[in-house]
Amino acid sequence: MARQGRSIFALTVPTFLWLTVAVVLPITVMFYFSFLSASPFGTKPASLTLDNYATFFTKDFYSFLAWRSIKLGLLVAALCALIGFPAALVLSHRLSGYWREALLLLVILPFWSNALIRIFAWTMVLREQGLVDQAVHAVLPWAPSVGILYSYPAIVIGLVHSFLPYMILTCYISLQAIDPSLVDAARGLGARDHTILRRIILPLSFPGLAVGAILTFVPVVGAFMEPRILGGRQGITMGTVIEDQFTEVFNWPLGAALSFILLGIVLAILALCYPLLRARFRLG
Amino acid sequence: MMKKSLSGLSLAYLLLVLGFIYLPIVIMTAMAFNESSSYALPFRFSTKWFEQLASNDILLRAGWNSVLLAAANTVVATVLGTMTAIAFARYTFRGKVLLQILLFPPIAIPWLILATAMLIFFFYSGIGRGLHAMLLAHVALSLPYVIVIVGARLQSFGTDLEEAAATLGASPLQTFFRVTLPTIAPGVMAAALFAFGISFDQFVTSYFLSPPGVTTLPVEIYASIRKGFTPEINAISAIIILVSMLLLLAVSRFYRFAGNS
Repeated sequence: MARQGRSIFALTVPTFLWLTVAVVLPITVMFYFSFLSASPFGTKPASLTLDNYATFFTKDFYSFLAWRSIKLGLLVAALCALIGFPAALVLSHRLSGYWREALLLLVILPFWSNALIRIFAWTMVLREQGLVDQAVHAVLPWAPSVGILYSYPAIVIGLVHSFLPYMILTCYISLQAIDPSLVDAARGLGARDHTILRRIILPLSFPGLAVGAILTFVPVVGAFMEPRILGGRQGITMGTVIEDQFTEVFNWPLGAALSFILLGIVLAILALCYPLLRARFRLG
Repeated sequence: MMKKSLSGLSLAYLLLVLGFIYLPIVIMTAMAFNESSSYALPFRFSTKWFEQLASNDILLRAGWNSVLLAAANTVVATVLGTMTAIAFARYTFRGKVLLQILLFPPIAIPWLILATAMLIFFFYSGIGRGLHAMLLAHVALSLPYVIVIVGARLQSFGTDLEEAAATLGASPLQTFFRVTLPTIAPGVMAAALFAFGISFDQFVTSYFLSPPGVTTLPVEIYASIRKGFTPEINAISAIIILVSMLLLLAVSRFYRFAGNS
């Protein structure tokens, strides 16, 4: 028994320590920082204060930003679900064998490539004189130039593109697990396609849809690189403001407080989803 | 089963989605071979951006850092993750649940928050910024994935073989290297390739943890995009996309995404 204890200790302690140094301690120290009046590295003496959080709750600018980021997250998650679910359905229920595997691989292949590069690639498509602009002019030569780069829709397009493969993959996994005999039984009893979709496929694949939505929403709320590159001046979000506190303004305590508020928002939304998810997963 | 015949409409929809996914990547790669420095059309084929890339010391050094970091991350994350996955699969112990909970933040917290927290703590504790700090971050982000992938493989094999080996007098180390490791090798291989990919593509943590002069490719590319971009960035991006896709193709040989049907 003692020997087993030793091997468990040896197997797990490195991971435990690593996560402590790289995750637990950083989050703890950031929490402490968010209550400081000034960065302790500077010349000004630092004292404990609630000012950083007060700034968020008293200045309309920040609550506006938080809302904007949450709405962006919801919009992108919804669009990914709308576009991705039917694609996953086609993959899982209309294809089989080699083609299914090949097309699924094609869907997830680019999502493993660098997110930054894929966002950068959209600038070539969306800018003035870019692909969209040229295509419009080929059809309507007299049309004004359409460069939608540096706008809100550009951010949404780039983010949907980034997270769509996640959604397709999670939906696919839960769609694939549906017992085909259920669908056969329903069809045998005279159910039409849309009834089967609404009464069997959607409820049973809900966990995949929900996990996909969460996996999309969480990173989008904290996005800063995508709004920066595709949004230009339109691209101010909670994420870019936090980035600025650390790389431009050097107000680390305010940045820490904003990060913690963002974390609170994410955790609150996850907590809201939790009962829903738990009930559905037990059912499935 | 629903009708297995593929109706034209559903195939068209899937192709449309694939078109949306590949459109920007194809355009960007094409522009890497376009002669004009301002992406002007008509398209004139040229490899001059790749030639310029070959003499761009800053990008080359960043590329070398990226490869070095990804290789180190692969070794550390795969070894630590496999050890932990074995402990999870074969033993019950105090602290197991705590350790499992610790694996959630790297997945469930936006990377921006983790990265800024690491920046603060590493500065505060004297660990500082640099490649070693990035390695700390990348391994933490890779561990949950490695543990899940290796764990899935461990679960699909029972403990029978290991028990048989132990009964026949093999020491725990012999059992591990002669029985356990060969059976879980495909899972470990897939996990290692995943870990390489996570590090090689990682931008957010590297960005906050890179001191002036020590960068990785994504960090350097971000800086170039913000300064105003050149087709050299397209050239390096095209290379990275190609490498990443080949990597995933390699992973898919070890790890079936489509399930067993």
